[in-house]
Order: sequence, then structure tokens, then C-alpha cells
Amino acid sequence: MPENNHEMDRVIFGDNQFFGVNHMSEEKARAQAIRFQDIAAVTNVLDTAYQIGIRTFMCTTHERMAQVCDYFRANMEKYPDYQFYPCMPYAHKYANAVTEQGMIGALKQFLPTDGKISALFKGGKAVAQADVQSIAHLLIDAEMKTFEGLSTPVIFVQNVITDLLLGLGVADAFKIFDEYIRERYNAEPGYITMNLPLLLETLNSCGIENPIICSNINKAAFRMCGGQASYEKLIESGRFRPIAMSVFASGAIPASDAINYVCEQKGIESVVFGASSRGHIQETYDLILRHSQGAEMELAAP
Amino acid sequence: MTIRIGLAGLGKMGLSHLAIVNAHPELEVAAVCDGLSYLTNNLKKFTPFNCYNDYQDMLANEQLDAVLIATPSKAHATMANQAIQAGLHVFCEKPFVLDINEGQKIITQAATNDLVTQVGYHNRFVGAFQKAQQLVAEGALGTVYHFRAEAYGPVVIRPQSATWRSKKSEGGGVVYDYACHALDLVNFVLGPVEDVSGVIRNNIFSKDVDDEVYCSLTLKNNLQGQLAANWSDESQRKMTTKLTIWGTTGQINVDRQECALYLRNESTASLPKGWSIYNTTELTDEVWYYLRGEEYSAQIDEFVERINTQNKKTTTACDFATALETDRACAMINGLETDPAADGKVDQVAVRQSFTQRLRGLLGAKHA
Repeated sequence: MPENNHEMDRVIFGDNQFFGVNHMSEEKARAQAIRFQDIAAVTNVLDTAYQIGIRTFMCTTHERMAQVCDYFRANMEKYPDYQFYPCMPYAHKYANAVTEQGMIGALKQFLPTDGKISALFKGGKAVAQADVQSIAHLLIDAEMKTFEGLSTPVIFVQNVITDLLLGLGVADAFKIFDEYIRERYNAEPGYITMNLPLLLETLNSCGIENPIICSNINKAAFRMCGGQASYEKLIESGRFRPIAMSVFASGAIPASDAINYVCEQKGIESVVFGASSRGHIQETYDLILRHSQGAEMELAAP
Repeated sequence: MTIRIGLAGLGKMGLSHLAIVNAHPELEVAAVCDGLSYLTNNLKKFTPFNCYNDYQDMLANEQLDAVLIATPSKAHATMANQAIQAGLHVFCEKPFVLDINEGQKIITQAATNDLVTQVGYHNRFVGAFQKAQQLVAEGALGTVYHFRAEAYGPVVIRPQSATWRSKKSEGGGVVYDYACHALDLVNFVLGPVEDVSGVIRNNIFSKDVDDEVYCSLTLKNNLQGQLAANWSDESQRKMTTKLTIWGTTGQINVDRQECALYLRNESTASLPKGWSIYNTTELTDEVWYYLRGEEYSAQIDEFVERINTQNKKTTTACDFATALETDRACAMINGLETDPAADGKVDQVAVRQSFTQRLRGLLGAKHA
């Protein structure tokens, strides 16, 4: 297995605010959905974050990402070092399709309809006979098509899928993902989870060492399944490369306390957060740098 | 003591339950079952689960303590009945049954055999809804005089659909899929439904089932309110269920994220005048394993707890008898339990036809 060598930025920008995801309030979620229904509103915020110093965008493979990617492809000169960390899939897309069309129907909807492979997938029976690994590869390719020509040094599995596979105990699925992301995309595989201790144990059990894992890490212990103490111990152990998300626990912790807690956990490589206003982005960015120590501070500078 | 459980149905909810059950320290997945051999073959390949394609084979060949049923709704009654006859505790996905009489027989048998039953109404395990239930029970709203229960989401947003959810005979449609969640919350927070009236049901994109439903509800405690459910609402990112409750001393607006309480006057030091906001994030207890929401794990944990404490009653879990109250309300809304000539149902048919014609005119001939 190749070594982990991609150096992650200290500060990473997240995307929940753009797609109407808010863990605190449906009303706020809708207000955000309205504000960002024009894709220019999204790219303006990404531009603001870039000016401030954040050049990594960790984003779900939501269908609207296609337009964001178009913008960055068209403005490569303006953002020469911009990088995306795609997180796949956008689970609701699949969940709604399964509800509407059933398992096989949904699979057919998301598999490519062109190319030599298409003949395989003409009928439901053919899909049913295809092996899981080929289907997984095709689905990953379908999700990654949006990012063609852009830098994607780390590619994540979304938490709903990570945690589903984890609960089912399908460790081989992680290996399929890990190997394909390295080979086909020359990128680092990453895992988003709400169950860090269990995931790390499972990844290790199938030979995946020192993985990039993005999980909730916050002072309030919000959605840190397996317990905050166990998270802290694992971070300290250096057995994985942690990215902290939900550091404000959806606003439950005051900003300074929240960042202070995260920066006290010495093994954390990166912090991902989402915000919509220049003031809030700047404030959070500054807080993270101020509370961070040593060389890590320099990583976030563009 | 480890509880040996078998799972039937490996659709979206079934797989999610399987992951949760498999991760629970006190449950052992003894076997899983699904009619689709593509699923069971792949599970066999990637997991150690003992797989069956036939439910009765699973019951006959495995030493089980409990089953979890997550098959299409039509199969619930037969499967739950067979499990209860076999002396197993049963967790069943919602809705419990489509035929009220069958449901009643199963409940009687389960009581005779002293078995734990539960239906997957997971909103009862969402912190915000529990807070609303607690505030109403404590009398924070004074005398409750009206409520509105709503459920919206983007399930059927175009004219084609190919699953059991699009077939009325199999329990598809917005009433059993969406409205039942809102009805169960009404039951949880305010009380069971006695009667329904003024039902408006329409198909928007579906051919055989309703996509939206509205009606007035009268509860057994005489409280009246309204129900609205629409699963063709694309403006929602995912299913949104909410409850608004008006009382003489205040109001509650609650959804899965937050419970907002408005009080006309200060009640106690912890219940001040004006708005108090309680977020699910603050109200939620940690679970041993998280997938899609704490509530899905918490309901399984309570099922285990109820088995371990020999059917201890809880305020949260929805047992078969409670779920049957919601099924009865669904049946009334679908016009299955009431005289078709009564309470405006005849007019309703005309309203529905006229709406469908109007919509087809708007959408053009291709959808007709």
C-alpha cells in the first residue's frame, strides 16, 4: 500500500451551509437553501474563503457541485492551487432513488449508460449478476466525473455509507474503495464517520493503516460515538490522520472554546468548518491559526 | 444475555436496521432473510450472516429470540403473526398492519405469549419530540385546543415509479408512508385518533396511490386538529415532520431539530415568558453506534431493554397496540373503515377526479 504523503491544510472549508443542511434548525436550513440557490452565491463565498487563505473545499458529491466545478475549471488561473476533497455519495440522492425505484432500479439510474460497459447493464438481471467490485468502481467513477480536470488529492466516503458498511461488518468494501482511489485517482482515500473507534479498528483489521478519518471532534462530545475519552486517546496515539468536523457542535459551543479544545488535541491535522459570511470565515480561520502551534500554522497559508 | 435475532427484508430500512442490530452488544444477528437473491448472495460473499430467501425457512431452522421485520408493508401482518406464534419478540417497521382485524389478533396473541412488540416509529426517539411530549404532559400549554401535524418530503417527484410503494394494495402511498409518522407523533404527544373527517387525498405524480393527504382529526380526548402530508414536495431536502400545538397558555412548534416553546406568561423559573428553544443536539443522549440519527439506534436499544426487563412499559416505544391506533386512523383516512356515503367521502371522489383532470391538463398529454 502506498504511503500517505499528501499534506493536508490546517483549515478546510465545508459545504453543509450551501445545500440546506443545518443540524440546529429547519428554518435556518431553508434560509441557507434560499440564499445559495444561485450557484454564484456559493462560488462568491468560496472566493471569499480563498482570499482569506482557505484553498481546500471538502464537498459532498451533490448534483449542484457540477456548477461549482465548472466555475473552478473556468478560472484555473485565479485559483491555481485550489483543491477539492470530494465526499461520496450524496446519500439522499440514492435513498430517494431506492424509495422510488427499488434497489436494482436505483443502481441502474446511477450507472453509466454509455461506453462498452453499458451492454452489461441493460436489464435488471444483468445488474444483479455483476460483481459488487465492478459496480462500486463504476459508481465511484460516476461520482468523480464532476471533478474531471480538478485537483482531488483526498477522496472520502460519506459517513452514511462508511457507517452502514461498518455496522454491516463489510470490511472488504473499505479495501475495494481504498485500492481503487489510490490506483485510479492517485489520491488518498478518506473516511467520514460518526463511529471513530469502531471504524479505526475495522480499517486496521483489513490492513488499512494510518487512514485519513474525518469525524466529529468537539468539546460538547456531540456525536462522538464510542465516547470523547476514547477519541482523545486515539488522536493522541497517532494511529490515524484526523480531520475534525462539527467542532462547534452545530453552534452549541462558543467559537473560542470550541477551537481551543480542538487545537489542544495535538494529533489533529485539519479542521473543517462551513460558514457563509466573510466575518465568520475570517474569525474562525484566525481562531484556528491562533490556537494552533508551530509549523502547522503555516500550512493554511495559500 | 445475548438476544438472537433474525431480520426479514433487506431494503433501505432493513439494511440500516441490520447494521444497527449487528453493532449492538446485546444482539446477535442469527440470520437474515430477503426474497432478492442478489442481495443475499452478496451478503453471503462479504459477511458471515446466515442468509435465507424464505422467511418460514428462517423461522423453522434458526433458534431465535426475536425478529425484526422490514419488508414491504403488506407482508407485515403474516410475518408478525408467524413470529408471535413461534414465541418470538417482534420489532416491525411501520406501518404495523394494513388490516386492523388481523392486527388485533396478533396483539391478543402477543399478550397471551407475554412477548415484546414494537413498531419503528423512530420520531418518538428524537430529543425535540420527546421534549414536546414532556412539556404537554406537564401542562406547560394549559389546555391544548388545537394542533397541526405535517409531513413533507421528496419521495415521488416524477410520474414513473416501480416499487411496492406505488401500489395501493401493498400499502404504498403517502398515507401509510408519510402521514403515519405525523399520526404517530400526534398519538405520542397528544393522544390517539378517534375519528377523521374532511379527507382530501390526491395523486400528483403516482397512478395508483395518493401523493398528498389532508384531513381533520378528532382525538379520543376530543381534541381536534389537522393533518397534512405530501411526499411529492421537492422543496424539502429529506422528510420533514412537524407538529404545532396551541394551548391556552402557550404554543409549541416542534420538528426533528428543535422544539420551540412560546409561553404567554412565566410558568416556572425554567419556563420563562416568551420563546424557549430546545435543540435536539442538546437533548440527545449518546448511542453506542450512530447511523443516520440517534433515534434509529435508540429505538433498537429500547427494544432490547424491554426484552431484558420482561416487557417493561415505557413512555417512548410504540408497541403493536399503540401502532394499531395509527393504522386505524390511516385506514379511516383511506376510507376503509367508514361508510363511503358518510362525512363527505362521495363529494371527495368528485373533488379528486376534478383535480386529477386539471393537473393532467396542466402537465400536458404525456402524463395523462
